[in-house]
Amino acid sequence: MASASATDNHVPGFFTRWFFSTNHKDIGVLYLIFAIFTGLVGGALSGLIRWELAEPGIQLFKEGTIIQQLGIVEASKHGFNVTVTAHALIMVFFVVMPATMGGFANYFTPIMIGAPDMAFPRLNNISFWMLVAAFIMLCISMFVDGGPGRGFGGGWTAYPPLSTMGHTGPSFDMAIFSLHIAGASSILGSINFITTIFNMRAPGMTLHRMPLFAWGVLITAFLLLLSLPVLAGAITMLLTDRNFGTSFFDPAGGGDPVMYQHLFWFFGHPEVYIMILPGFGMISHIVSTFSKKPIFGYLAMAYAMVAIGFIGFIVWAHHMYTVGMSIELRTYFVAATMIIAVPTGVKIFSWIATMWGGSLTFKTPMLWAMGFIFLFTVGGVTGVVLSNAGMDYSLHDTYYVVAHFHYVLSLGAVFSIFAGFYYWFEKMFGVKYNEFLGQLHFWIMFIGVNVIFFPQHFLGLQGMPRRYIDYPEAYTLWNHVSSVGYLITIVGVGVFLIMLIEAAIRRRPAEANPWGEGATTLEWTLSSPPPYHQFNELPVVKADDHH
Amino acid sequence: MAHAKPQHDYHLVDPSPWPLLTSLTVVVMLTGAVVWMKGMFGLPEGTKWMFFAGLAGVLFCMFGWWRDVIRESQKGDHTPVVQIGLRYGMIMFIASEVMLFVSFFWMFFDMAIFNEARTLTPEIGNWAETGAAWATWPPKGVELLDPWSLPLLNTVILLLSGTTVTWAHHAIIKNDRDGAKLALWITVILGLIFSGVQAYEYYHIIHSKLFFNEAAMNSGLYGSMFFLITGFHGFHVAVGTIFLAVCLLRLYLGQMSPEKHFGFEAAAWYWHFVDVVWLFLFAFMYVVYG
Repeated sequence: MASASATDNHVPGFFTRWFFSTNHKDIGVLYLIFAIFTGLVGGALSGLIRWELAEPGIQLFKEGTIIQQLGIVEASKHGFNVTVTAHALIMVFFVVMPATMGGFANYFTPIMIGAPDMAFPRLNNISFWMLVAAFIMLCISMFVDGGPGRGFGGGWTAYPPLSTMGHTGPSFDMAIFSLHIAGASSILGSINFITTIFNMRAPGMTLHRMPLFAWGVLITAFLLLLSLPVLAGAITMLLTDRNFGTSFFDPAGGGDPVMYQHLFWFFGHPEVYIMILPGFGMISHIVSTFSKKPIFGYLAMAYAMVAIGFIGFIVWAHHMYTVGMSIELRTYFVAATMIIAVPTGVKIFSWIATMWGGSLTFKTPMLWAMGFIFLFTVGGVTGVVLSNAGMDYSLHDTYYVVAHFHYVLSLGAVFSIFAGFYYWFEKMFGVKYNEFLGQLHFWIMFIGVNVIFFPQHFLGLQGMPRRYIDYPEAYTLWNHVSSVGYLITIVGVGVFLIMLIEAAIRRRPAEANPWGEGATTLEWTLSSPPPYHQFNELPVVKADDHH
Repeated sequence: MAHAKPQHDYHLVDPSPWPLLTSLTVVVMLTGAVVWMKGMFGLPEGTKWMFFAGLAGVLFCMFGWWRDVIRESQKGDHTPVVQIGLRYGMIMFIASEVMLFVSFFWMFFDMAIFNEARTLTPEIGNWAETGAAWATWPPKGVELLDPWSLPLLNTVILLLSGTTVTWAHHAIIKNDRDGAKLALWITVILGLIFSGVQAYEYYHIIHSKLFFNEAAMNSGLYGSMFFLITGFHGFHVAVGTIFLAVCLLRLYLGQMSPEKHFGFEAAAWYWHFVDVVWLFLFAFMYVVYG
């Protein structure tokens, strides 16, 4: 049996508890704090982008501006590229993934399946600290020589030859290693989740009774496990091309730059589902809770996620329609991509069917969930538009694509994170949030992000290419509107921070289950916050009472 | 509730310094690697101390971490249900390793099957010469290795080591300590011989300029691919050999019982995985496209 200090509810001292942790709830909280911090960093970077693009011409990334005084990125066009690259990498690897798979999945997967902790608690902790290590390396990479200037500005996709011959400095080597560590962190984390879910479900908690969030985490973990090593292989070859004279992606030696794109997107496409599937799970819980109804079509919802995960692996080349693939290949990828809309539709309609005839209450988490359903549907529909190779030929690398993936991620995944954050706020922190501030946060953000990203559809359809520092005057209006949207969103983020501070000062004691009979999963059977080690006596699950 | 003994068999691990320390040393090691390759922070290119300092730290943390795992195992923390969890963990780890090799073999097949597609390279600069170099297989200037000499020997060595590791497993189950030690010694030595043969083959390739020479100027991809795949495989052989050697040491320390020896089983699974990758490598890199 385990030793005394781990088995009783004695909480270790501050340093041991937070730096040497083997407790899934503490590690989950660490992940969430990390994601809020990196989210502010990534959000600030997007502020620089929107500031620069508010008007045609170059106003920010030049000598003598605040950019030069801050000194974080170079006051040059290269500095803009570095900003765009860092924004993407931070948001994908250091905000959305830590929040969903790190924070919520760590905190709630073991509780929902009735387990006392994760299968490998120490491994769980290295998943977190390796992410911090990766973030440190990414930050260093922004401050060292990249080749054309300080930092790496080749985009988060890091296509060669720009990433091999264009950026010869140490900066991108640091970024490659950063991705290696972040990848190792996620692989170890997913091994942990799969083992936990397969091995540690409480008596009676069969897979077909398991809450949908745990299903989402399980499928996401498989996607991570099988896709990240391919990215690791691809960036390892970039590394050797850069440093050891190999020619994997160099045509002069017989290499093929397009092969990098295949390898990258074989990882990159599952990655977008990695970011959204845990969110799908959370939204299912929230919609069910605030409709006071069990989720409509539980099994279909679970297997829709399985289908999305599987198909997600066989559609990667729809990111590469313009590289010169044969027409047959493009036809296949168009068809396969469109098929993803079917299981996604199952999910959207099932959420609506859950609400149908339900006893709805519009508390803050429900507002975020409904915002998610609305905005994700918009992003999904533009996704179907882009899945057509013919359409994509003109829309590829335009702001239409930017608008599309921000609707599913910035407005989809991030909304699901906020939905989950408010839904579980009392449960995790033991205090209540202010309902008014929560709802205010939602409405300001909802308006703000739509004002940012909806006009970008128009810009894309007008042909404005993405990733450029400047644009012709014809694009001024909608760029300006988009930048105004950013200012609105900043106010929303401010309300979020005020909400956090208010809850921390007021300390309204939490209830075990503030949401009433609609909240049926196991976390609501525990106190708020749950004991340091929950389920010393494992719960027994009967029939369908906990999903 | 407080201070209640848990009524379950799961292993609640004590707080541990190793995850934090490992992460910090990994940053030092990899930053040191960049310093070594490119020079950074005012340190000139070729500065090695930072990488090796980090590596030493990582190895120390790995040692400390696994020492803790073995101690917990000896203490009885690894109940049957925890052992099942360890099994899942090892299977998932090997699955991710398989996907790493998938990315390399994907590159390899793209090169080997579609070598003629490279003749379609646009005629910019010296790319025209690339097209000509790849019109044939093997690409111009590359001398392929004979699969039926050293590579075949290595295949036999690895397959044989696969059988001896199974012999060791059966001996452990039957509580035949001496048999297990003998079989595991043979396995480790076969692993070392494999690495030695591979090192000799590398020497031969580089010394005789089989892949990298004047004529093969535009065929660099072949050599890159060969050394990447065999190199990564060789690294995994080394890791597997160390893993088996640790099991051998633990066998001498009496830590493998007929009922409970998952550390050994994990090493054996890993060894078989390395074996299968080699068979795939041998079949396609040496035989079919050799």
